[in-house]
Amino acid sequence: MSEAYQPARILNQGSTQEKAEGARLSNFVGAIALSDLISTTLGPKGMDKILQSPSNLLDSTITNDGATILSSIQISNPAAKILIEISKVQDDEIGDGTTSVVVLAGELLKEAEKLIHKRIHPQTIIKGFRLAKNIALKKLKEIAQDHSENEEDLKKYLKKIAMTIFSTKILTPYKSIFADLAVESILRLKGSTNLESIQILKKTGGLLKESYIEEGFVLDKKLGVGQPKRIENAKILVANTSMDYDKIKIFGSRVVVNSSSKLAEIEEEEKKKMLRKCQKIVDHGINVFINRQLIYNLPEQFFTDHGVVSIEHADFAGIERLSLVTGGEIVSTFDHPELVTLGTAKVIEEIMIGEDKLIRFSGCKEPSACTIILRGSSKQILDEAERSLHDGLAVLSQMVKNPKTVLGAGCTEIIMAQAIEEAAKETSGKIQIAMEAFARALTRIPIIIANNAGYDAEQLVSELKTSHYKGNTTFGVDVMNGKVCDVQELGIIESFLVKKGMLLKASEATEMILRVDHIMYSAPRQRGMN
Amino acid sequence: MLRYDSSGKPFIIIRDQDQKERLTGSEARKANILAAMTVANLMKTSIGPLGMDKILVDQDGEVTATNDGATILKNMQVENPIAKLLVELSQGQDDEIGDGTTSVVVFAGALLEESLSLLEKGIHPSKISEGYEKACDIAVQHLISICDKIEFDKEDCSSLIKAAKTSLGSKIVNQYTDKIAKISVEAVLAVADLERKDVRFDLIKLEGKTGGTLGQTELIDGIIIPKNFSHPQMPKQIKNAKIAILTCPFEPPKPKTGHKLDIDSVKKYKELLEIEQNYFKKMTDLVKKSGATVVLCQWGFDDEANHLLLQKELPAVRWVSGTDIELIAIATGARIVPRFSELTPKKLGKAGMVTEKSLGTTDEKMIVIEKCSNTKTVTILVKGGNKMVVEEGKRSIHDALCVTRNLIKDNRIVYGGGAVEISCSVALNKASKEIKGIEQYSIRAFSQALLSVPIALASNSGLNSLEAVSEIQLKQMKEEKPFFGIDCLSKGTSNMKEQNVFDTLRGKIQQFLLATQMAKMILKIDDIIRPTGQY
Repeated sequence: MSEAYQPARILNQGSTQEKAEGARLSNFVGAIALSDLISTTLGPKGMDKILQSPSNLLDSTITNDGATILSSIQISNPAAKILIEISKVQDDEIGDGTTSVVVLAGELLKEAEKLIHKRIHPQTIIKGFRLAKNIALKKLKEIAQDHSENEEDLKKYLKKIAMTIFSTKILTPYKSIFADLAVESILRLKGSTNLESIQILKKTGGLLKESYIEEGFVLDKKLGVGQPKRIENAKILVANTSMDYDKIKIFGSRVVVNSSSKLAEIEEEEKKKMLRKCQKIVDHGINVFINRQLIYNLPEQFFTDHGVVSIEHADFAGIERLSLVTGGEIVSTFDHPELVTLGTAKVIEEIMIGEDKLIRFSGCKEPSACTIILRGSSKQILDEAERSLHDGLAVLSQMVKNPKTVLGAGCTEIIMAQAIEEAAKETSGKIQIAMEAFARALTRIPIIIANNAGYDAEQLVSELKTSHYKGNTTFGVDVMNGKVCDVQELGIIESFLVKKGMLLKASEATEMILRVDHIMYSAPRQRGMN
Repeated sequence: MLRYDSSGKPFIIIRDQDQKERLTGSEARKANILAAMTVANLMKTSIGPLGMDKILVDQDGEVTATNDGATILKNMQVENPIAKLLVELSQGQDDEIGDGTTSVVVFAGALLEESLSLLEKGIHPSKISEGYEKACDIAVQHLISICDKIEFDKEDCSSLIKAAKTSLGSKIVNQYTDKIAKISVEAVLAVADLERKDVRFDLIKLEGKTGGTLGQTELIDGIIIPKNFSHPQMPKQIKNAKIAILTCPFEPPKPKTGHKLDIDSVKKYKELLEIEQNYFKKMTDLVKKSGATVVLCQWGFDDEANHLLLQKELPAVRWVSGTDIELIAIATGARIVPRFSELTPKKLGKAGMVTEKSLGTTDEKMIVIEKCSNTKTVTILVKGGNKMVVEEGKRSIHDALCVTRNLIKDNRIVYGGGAVEISCSVALNKASKEIKGIEQYSIRAFSQALLSVPIALASNSGLNSLEAVSEIQLKQMKEEKPFFGIDCLSKGTSNMKEQNVFDTLRGKIQQFLLATQMAKMILKIDDIIRPTGQY
């Protein structure tokens, strides 16, 4: 009777599993640890993290952008992975709120853990959370203000939103400058969400506040040697063609010669072929030629002789943006000049930023394009500034489409929490407890923000709650002064979409994690077998 | 293993050293049954609308969270041979029916569990098998006698939606069941041939996309390909498109036979150049001449060809996957053309609208082909907050699609919520009294095993499971109606007809048959020999 009565092992060797309470515990621990890790970066007084890359110790990033932090930490806990995933999606979809979404999910799970200790079934908790989420969403939609009618108004609000976003980032001291930069460049897009036509160029040197918007488009390249540094009324041909040596693309062909004279002939022919191509390009009646690929000396010299300025090796994104900005198409064959749309620019000139030479295209066809030039004292600062700016731009671009705002500084969270509490009073059964837990998790967000700022958070937030109960529903926490005050007056405004995304994604992820009662790990893939 | 011959000398039958592990007779049976029960117990918590999910972490650390029995078992890296059989079992149910993959495993596990006590009574396994066989026959007969028919047509598909909702109720999408059930039914009806009762499943494409919520899942009358146009300046929208589908690259030809082309003079060099240039021109000219307005190609484009396409105003998509190509060909009525020279106007497909759309703030783009001439192709675009939700959503919708298809094939239904199982169990108990011999015991065991599913359902719903099940049993016997089941969602009635919870008859019969077959097979095994220490 040896093996028959032992518990049967059914999984592969090396595979492990966690069941019921164990599985739940490991999910909670993982997810909560992750959200605790990141919760210190929340809010205007949140702290930054240093991320060091495993391969190159010198290559470090300093950031407080949730998505960036989460995407670079390596994690094996499955529940924590789910949270990382939602922050990534929030980043892709809306661009900001990547930290809050994880923190909210973490807080929800903390509350759920307590309820499970009270022997409430996870499915009951889920039911309550869903109900609470719907109430919160309804309330959120109610309090959202629509600013689509008045354009002047919209601009004002956009600036406020941008300031709110930047106030949690490295850009805080200059948030007004950057908010202006962001709003101006977004308004140029005229409702499109294509952030590609806003180019962000980073140049070390100078101070963050010296960053500015450059009219038109700046290409981080140099003009060909000996070519004019300023061209007016430029006609531009944007191309993607090889200008180094133009191989004939018939497969299997090769050159076989039996004497050096023949070799010289073929070489001569090759040169001629290139020059013919150059001639064709010049025949388009252009004075600027921009190529994605390298331009060798021979064609470059030909272009210079014919008064055409050539720019080589503009990378792919650069080329696409250039064609967008100048209105020219990307060309790869040159036989039909009449069919090709050329790009135009009033002035192309070489400019200096810091110590680098760049090419500026101004007076372009597409006025929506612009370049934001970021200055800063180190690479890390510039990188972080770019990430922050990108967050701001992403939110603003979505805002233009859906110009609804809600109040920030914890005000909205308190309103939602109180709406849920109201509704919970009328719900009977265990669901009520779950709803109350949801409300508590929402109030944790202002608490964390205040905590990060170094105030007596519980005190502040309870004051805030009372003032809401008294009917001051526009009040929030002023983390600069550590007081409860009217957020409307402070002008801390956030995008409705960010809040909505946070609420929906956090509750979806929580539900997903709560539903699990069993985790099975496969044996890790064997490495180095061959 | 040693035996002694007549003179008392030992001889070896099977080398019984460390390489082999061997279990025989009742020990083997018990080990097998225990293994099967372990798997069944594992699945039990996933049954029903309040069932729980499992997280599976694969070899590379990727996370899957799911509640779909077939998916759990498939990804579970099972080693035990009996457990493997159960994995196959749920796979079989998935392939045939597409739904009920969890219940079938739980039921098979219960059958084996019941047989354990029969074995202890000393009943021979093949007798048990026979009894199970008979019981299964009776149960299936009973199923057919209690089934209901639902009526639907293209206009009124509300009953189909209800069935899809039952299937979706146990999945993560259950928050949006109304919408997703409707989408699933519409998708199936779009491709279904109601007269022939045939559904071509390959015409429904499931495409996942992170962002938004599951509630934003939508049905698209056409096809989505996750690609963009090959040149950024090609028009983003083409109305009344004529589509050419090519499986040849826009590159100079590459003969499959090995060859070399030697160039030894300037003249030849020039000729070759000309040929190259002409190739590209000829290709694009041929496409243009056929009257096509959109080109979909399975292969890549050369830069020059790409530009020529732009110049000729031929928006093109490259690297379209083989399955997509086939689907588009069916939808638009296009012929897949392997050579440029064979492109004729007749071979082009037609679509009302081809658009390139971008989603979110990232520049991910997709091409939507709508209003195809042969509208019978649809795409369900599943959206969700994260990758895992989307994947699970896709699996759930697949189940709902299967249920709908099964109903179109056979519109007979039985009531869910454990109602049929209880009803069959009651019927079997009655029948067992008229059967002589040991088989009676097996039939009663079968009837007991049937209750495992409603018991699991009730306990997952937080009810006192045995109490709830016996209550329903009584109610069914008293009122002699087969539609009382477990009220999982506490809706206040155990009448499944009112709650609109039902399963397909085909699916249920299949479940019974497959599970019985599996139990019989496992009971028959009386010897396990396996090498050890060889991993």
